[in-house]
Amino acid sequence: MKHTIKELEDIASQIRRDIVRMVHGCQSGHPGGSLGCTDFFTALYFEVLNHNKEFNMDGAGEDLFFLSNGHISPVWYSTLAHAGYFDKSELATFRKLESRLQGHPTTHEGLPGIRIASGSLGQGMSVAIGAALTKRINGDKSYVFTLHGDGELQEGQNWEAAMFAPFHKVDHLICTVDYNGQQIDGPTDKVLSLDSLQAKFEAFGWHVINTDGNDMKAIVEGLHYAKTLTGKGKPILNLMSTQMGAGVDYMMGSHKWHGTAPNDEQLATALAQLPETLGDY
Amino acid sequence: MKKYTYSEKKDTRSGFGAGLHEAGKKNDNVVALCADLVGSLKMDAFIKDFPERFTQVGIAEANMIGIAAGMTIGGKIPFTGTFANFSTGRVYDQIRQSVAYSNKNVKICASHAGLTLGEDGATHQILEDIGLMKMLPGMVVINPCDYNQTKAATLAIAEYEGPVYLRFGRPVIPVFTDPDQKFEIGKAWMVNEGTDVTIIATGHMVWKAIEAGEKLAELGIDAEIINIHTIKPLDDEAILASVRKTGCVVTCEEHNKFGGLGESVARLLTTTLPTPQEFVAVNDSFGESGTPDQLMTKYGLDAINIVEAVQKVIERKKA
Repeated sequence: MKHTIKELEDIASQIRRDIVRMVHGCQSGHPGGSLGCTDFFTALYFEVLNHNKEFNMDGAGEDLFFLSNGHISPVWYSTLAHAGYFDKSELATFRKLESRLQGHPTTHEGLPGIRIASGSLGQGMSVAIGAALTKRINGDKSYVFTLHGDGELQEGQNWEAAMFAPFHKVDHLICTVDYNGQQIDGPTDKVLSLDSLQAKFEAFGWHVINTDGNDMKAIVEGLHYAKTLTGKGKPILNLMSTQMGAGVDYMMGSHKWHGTAPNDEQLATALAQLPETLGDY
Repeated sequence: MKKYTYSEKKDTRSGFGAGLHEAGKKNDNVVALCADLVGSLKMDAFIKDFPERFTQVGIAEANMIGIAAGMTIGGKIPFTGTFANFSTGRVYDQIRQSVAYSNKNVKICASHAGLTLGEDGATHQILEDIGLMKMLPGMVVINPCDYNQTKAATLAIAEYEGPVYLRFGRPVIPVFTDPDQKFEIGKAWMVNEGTDVTIIATGHMVWKAIEAGEKLAELGIDAEIINIHTIKPLDDEAILASVRKTGCVVTCEEHNKFGGLGESVARLLTTTLPTPQEFVAVNDSFGESGTPDQLMTKYGLDAINIVEAVQKVIERKKA
């Protein structure tokens, strides 16, 4: 362990503060999923991912991460800033004119740490497979990680990719699904049920594990365990249960905060629940 | 009128296959992907010599575009192959986000473009692809005129850094360009110098323009013919220089008149040098089943249609 669980939880608390402040600052953005995935991003970037903050697009010899559900950009931007990719003060420009921190992540504005645009849903798994194929051709044994929304799996391209990866033995690939059961129009069970994702992915030939996505120790252990499963001909799917809005009580348990910004009062309430640990931007 | 002859007819897609094979020999980073149309895209030679650099994606074009975009991360130069319809319209959003907006070095290679796919009919033909691709910021759009030029274009785009759409067709057509030509992206090719009218043609229509030029010569009309193999970026300089001399223009393309080469030329001229222009293109229609020759005739893409358009535009110039 590079950090204790307590240290990782402290980083996560600061990232959550950043998220609500960023979304409040421009009165726009997606706090719910960002807060739900904060523990995952913290564990990934500060404990699991072998990465280089001196950013290089090709990422040779490094683990790569692709965010498929790009709308949770606040958590990624804050994580990248705390990991040293760019200065934290830039977080204040989120979704504002002439910012590198576009509403959805892009390479277009040249933000270090981001290798492809995402936002239009369902494309990330294909991209990750491509990057993993290149690593295989290049004899590069490092890992490719992804994150997907559960609602996002309603996009058909995912299933093209899900069929491809086991058939072509893309087995240094660890995809995580943010399994919060919510999407813009309501619970996934009401909008278009995903039914058993475990059964679906296993039927396609994936190795599926289940983790608790709001328990730092469980996430770190889950991702390390996922790595031990790689290299055996199967891609790995990490079904990670999370609570949308985790860390801010009034945002939890509802799809209402998928894409809504808090007002001044709501921001104060949220910040009161999230200790400042590394200093606000 | 400069005399062009040909000793054989070949398909442009075979030019792509030969170019891909040669690009693969020259550069280890060239990789190819296909969505269940290896034979149609003439990828066999590449696959035989470089099996580890080929990926069969199956009938899943969206996944293919995403994988290609991902493969650029780490330095590969992916060439994707399927029919033009499924290379563009079907996967427009994937190309837009993962390739063009992300500025990935993907070469989208599209066979069976236009009406000359023939008997399969409108579901498999596409007459909108040039428009779709040229509207994407940063996308280079190339539509070469014969086997040799398609091969040269394929080699050239392997060396170019950035997203490219390369369009070619199915039928065998005259091979009339130099096998050792230098292909320069964005640089028009002067087919014939003339003084009365500028005929700007792309793809399979360049040979039709040459045929039309010969007929026009018999009628005493001296046509300048330009092959615009690169629709974006457009060679503004070559077009303007020609139109300054001739004073009128006819554009020729196997594409919908909306959104194609003709509109690119019109945009250039209307903002720089307003000029009478006629469009030889499909008149905002889907295609249908038929032989390629029957379709080119029915949809007004024969040499005689170019001749008529030239006569019309020369009248407008005089008016």
